[in-house]
Amino acid sequence: MRDVAVVAFAQTRHTREDAGLSETELILPVIDEVKERTGLTRFGFTCSGSCDYLAGAPFSFVSALDAIGAWPPISESHVEMDAAWALYEAWVRLQHGDVDTALVYGFGKSSLGDLREIMTLQLDPYYLAPLGLDQVSYAALQAAAVDADRELLDGIVRRSRADGRANPYAPDLPEPDVADGPVAPLRAADLPPITDGAAAVVLAAGDAARELCERPAYVRGIAHRVEPHYLGMRDLGRSVSAADAARAAGVGKGPVEVAELHAQFPHEEVVLREALGLGGDTVVNPSGGPLAANPVMATGLIRVGEAARRVLDGSARRAVAHAANGPCLQHNLVTVLEA
Amino acid sequence: MNRCAVIGVGQTRYTTKRRDVSIAGLVREAALRALEDAGLTFKDIDAVVVGKAPDLFEGVMMPESYLADALGAAGKPVTRVHTAGSVGGSTALVGASLIQGGVHDRVLVVAFEKQSESNATWALSTHLPFSASLVVGAGGYFAPHIREYMRRSGAPAHIGTLVAVKDRLNALKNPYAHLRIPGIDQAMVESTPMLWEPIRYLETCPSSDGACALVLASEDKVTGTPAWVHGAAMRSEPIFRAGRDTVSPQAGKDCAADVYRQAGVCDPRRDIDVAEVYVPFSWYEPMWLENLGFAAEGEGWKLTESGATALDGDIPWNASGGVLSSNPIGASGLIRFAEAALQVRGMAGEHQVDGARLALGHAYGGGAQFFAMWIVGRERP
Repeated sequence: MRDVAVVAFAQTRHTREDAGLSETELILPVIDEVKERTGLTRFGFTCSGSCDYLAGAPFSFVSALDAIGAWPPISESHVEMDAAWALYEAWVRLQHGDVDTALVYGFGKSSLGDLREIMTLQLDPYYLAPLGLDQVSYAALQAAAVDADRELLDGIVRRSRADGRANPYAPDLPEPDVADGPVAPLRAADLPPITDGAAAVVLAAGDAARELCERPAYVRGIAHRVEPHYLGMRDLGRSVSAADAARAAGVGKGPVEVAELHAQFPHEEVVLREALGLGGDTVVNPSGGPLAANPVMATGLIRVGEAARRVLDGSARRAVAHAANGPCLQHNLVTVLEA
Repeated sequence: MNRCAVIGVGQTRYTTKRRDVSIAGLVREAALRALEDAGLTFKDIDAVVVGKAPDLFEGVMMPESYLADALGAAGKPVTRVHTAGSVGGSTALVGASLIQGGVHDRVLVVAFEKQSESNATWALSTHLPFSASLVVGAGGYFAPHIREYMRRSGAPAHIGTLVAVKDRLNALKNPYAHLRIPGIDQAMVESTPMLWEPIRYLETCPSSDGACALVLASEDKVTGTPAWVHGAAMRSEPIFRAGRDTVSPQAGKDCAADVYRQAGVCDPRRDIDVAEVYVPFSWYEPMWLENLGFAAEGEGWKLTESGATALDGDIPWNASGGVLSSNPIGASGLIRFAEAALQVRGMAGEHQVDGARLALGHAYGGGAQFFAMWIVGRERP
């Protein structure tokens, strides 16, 4: 495959409530930032990820084109998925060999609605959604199946929030308390914060990668896999699809210094560590991860950006990023980034 | 770039309400037909690409998660594409990209809409903050663009009627078509109510339930009768840019120029044998004839009037009956791409254009700002 690298990453200072910005206004500064950092004003391909249901209107991605300044017209596409899948599509497009750069972005304002209830609508509309199973309820089902040690889970939440407080882009969350969550066995602090935010990544191939950036973060492997939708057809205690994706991406071919995981609940980190075969010497979610900032539809892309940032700034030689879609980690994307 | 071919096409019949199938049943029906056409099963597929228009149409958010099981996708990569009305075309291009980029050898592409689950006109009437909406539905948005086309070109008022009749006559030869209106003629179209001046009821597309699927293969994995991809391109432009020409958008011209260059097309009217073009309102045929370079500016309506775009004309447009006859929105673009493939495979049945060797598939969406096109051919490029 052609060498493709992350050469720039930018994200908003994510907020826990509606800051009064439209999606277009949210995106514009991060697009400008990656353009400035790379000196590029045009890209060979552009791809974004977002979800109409967060805005409660069709075509929420359409006005985003006004933010990126798509004139003259650009070669562009959109996934109704986390923007990490937009990055995957852009990586595939760069494999064609006729274009060398790609802009990827994602955005979401989950402050506008009731995310718990909205996420119910991604379930089978005939057999699952009518049960009223919301996002926290199905996460709790998985937490029960994982049945991890409470101290381990508390440690993950404490570490994520502390790392988040050290991350200027994540909101400051207090030390977790032991208050019960809305659905057992989850505690209140096990839930990710409602967050608004956006992120952008620039990919470059071949010589362009070296010209645009001193230390490109090369995509050495990238793969995704889905598994059956019905929760009853899966062993919720583990993630077969994340393990398959990790194998296909070649996670195990070398030591993993840093892993940024799209774990929205602490038990998901337990499941993903095992699925990706991460040992105790891998630093997990040094950014604080989704438990510190969770701008839905950009959260997965931010994992790629944060992992790449460690390679770009020279603090890591090999990092792994993970993104998830669907209920209870149904669909997993794994990216291996190397100096 | 690796070569890519369409080796299987599957369609459901298009109709107002498919009460007999669930959403999963609908997409599976199209997928199984495409696999059967290719002589393959779900086991042979490496990846699945799903496309549809806004999730609000069915009230199922990111339905590819739920549809993974019905499409045999468990254990494989699934991608969900959404680029407004052009999405069906974009879905095919994303699928083809996986093969052209050398990532996979066989990809299943599926697009659908089950519009009977909601009211599309209201789902398409965007509101603040996206638009200070003074219009109802897509027709309300596009009618002023059509009036501007008529003003610029001086096209007589009956041109839209001619397209409405021509596409519905073609639909009578397509067993999957939704609107099959025996005895359709100009008088019948002109007798229907005016919805959005100058668009009459029979000059608009229907709301349909339906799905379409393609099996795409790399050169080594071609089975059966291939339609080779000779060119593929997408272009987008901002909806609110002051000064953009909404009648003949630059993105459409650029996309066509890109796809013609790849396929070695110099004169589309001469070099292309048949075109399946996204015409949801009758007047968009003459408008796109000009935008796509089949006619000079201001001359598209004359081509339509001359009968050149009829099934027996020198450049048939929408031999299948087009979007005017079947419109499961998310699938409508993919149906254009699929019908183009069927023509060059010689498998279009009663609406086959004799000797078709090179065909254009076209889709557009948003405020006439998203474009997806491909050119498929009988010969390997």
